Amino acid sequence: MTNESLFHYTLHLADTALVMGHRLSEWIGHAPQLEIEMALANQGLDFIGQARSLYQYAAEVEGKARTEDDLAYLRDVWDFKNTLLTELPNGDFGATIARNLYYSLFMEAFFQQLQKSTDSQLAAIAEKSVKEMTYHARYSSEWTIRLGDGTEESRIRMQKGIEDMWPFTGEMFVPAAYEQALIQAGVAVDVAALHAAWKQRVQEVLDEATLEMPADCWMQEGGKTGRHSEHLGFLLAEMQFLQRAYPGATW
Amino acid sequence: MSNKEWPLWEVFIRSKAGLDHKHVGSLHAADAAMALENARDLYTRRQEGVSIWVVESNNIHASDPSDADELFEPSKDKIYRHPTFYDLPIELKHM
Repeated sequence: MTNESLFHYTLHLADTALVMGHRLSEWIGHAPQLEIEMALANQGLDFIGQARSLYQYAAEVEGKARTEDDLAYLRDVWDFKNTLLTELPNGDFGATIARNLYYSLFMEAFFQQLQKSTDSQLAAIAEKSVKEMTYHARYSSEWTIRLGDGTEESRIRMQKGIEDMWPFTGEMFVPAAYEQALIQAGVAVDVAALHAAWKQRVQEVLDEATLEMPADCWMQEGGKTGRHSEHLGFLLAEMQFLQRAYPGATW
Repeated sequence: MSNKEWPLWEVFIRSKAGLDHKHVGSLHAADAAMALENARDLYTRRQEGVSIWVVESNNIHASDPSDADELFEPSKDKIYRHPTFYDLPIELKHM
């Protein structure tokens, strides 16, 4: 285990949370109901909070006097290590809920494990974040069930969201090289070991929602090592605009 | 999703253990579970509460404002109903 692996791993977790938070923030002004808009914005803020703690820690691990803001706003697409699932466009509400379902069920189990990390800082961040993910999992499960077992239209769209997001879930369970070293050291979570239980929980929610579990298929990957879809560039262009146009701007 | 408006719910929050639930506002939701979640997101994001009640608004029966005279006027001149005619011990500060 090296400091560099720890830096990359912490960045991977931070980037994933930040991109997820940004995607949810895009619902502001567009959600189907005011109440849903508040809920999605709140969940987005949970992710931004997780990202901040992780970036602060990454900056400390790196030890090059970069700040959390430098890491969030002044890195380009190929530097980002978020999973591909999080950078996909929101799609309709059903697609967003499908992504939240896959992601929150995974992250709840992930943070439960990360609490046992030999790295006390990561363990502390996990302890705080696991409660947030439990709530997100509950929220997205209930919406999946409501839409899946709802009207003909809502069922079709929820099933489509579940299918469209599916090929991007595999990456969550495949450790990157920097992750592998840390798993052996007891710092990182052995994500592959979470797969079976995660699939089981997804299956349970889909069963209750009267939806079909997607068939096994080829899974996209690359995000964890900086190979991204074209969508991330647009996301960063919007998110980083202010710091790029007015370097060092504060309020 | 149909375009029909979701029903309105009234939200009551208990701000800390031992206090009463107080009415804080209303929201729209399709069912009770959604109403609780929406209430959590709309009314407890600044640590306002430890417990939530939601009641569908049409289950609340209210007094008619035009009945105010007969309902509330008569109590106006009955000041003896207030416990203000007793000498309170000095230790009781908040009566």
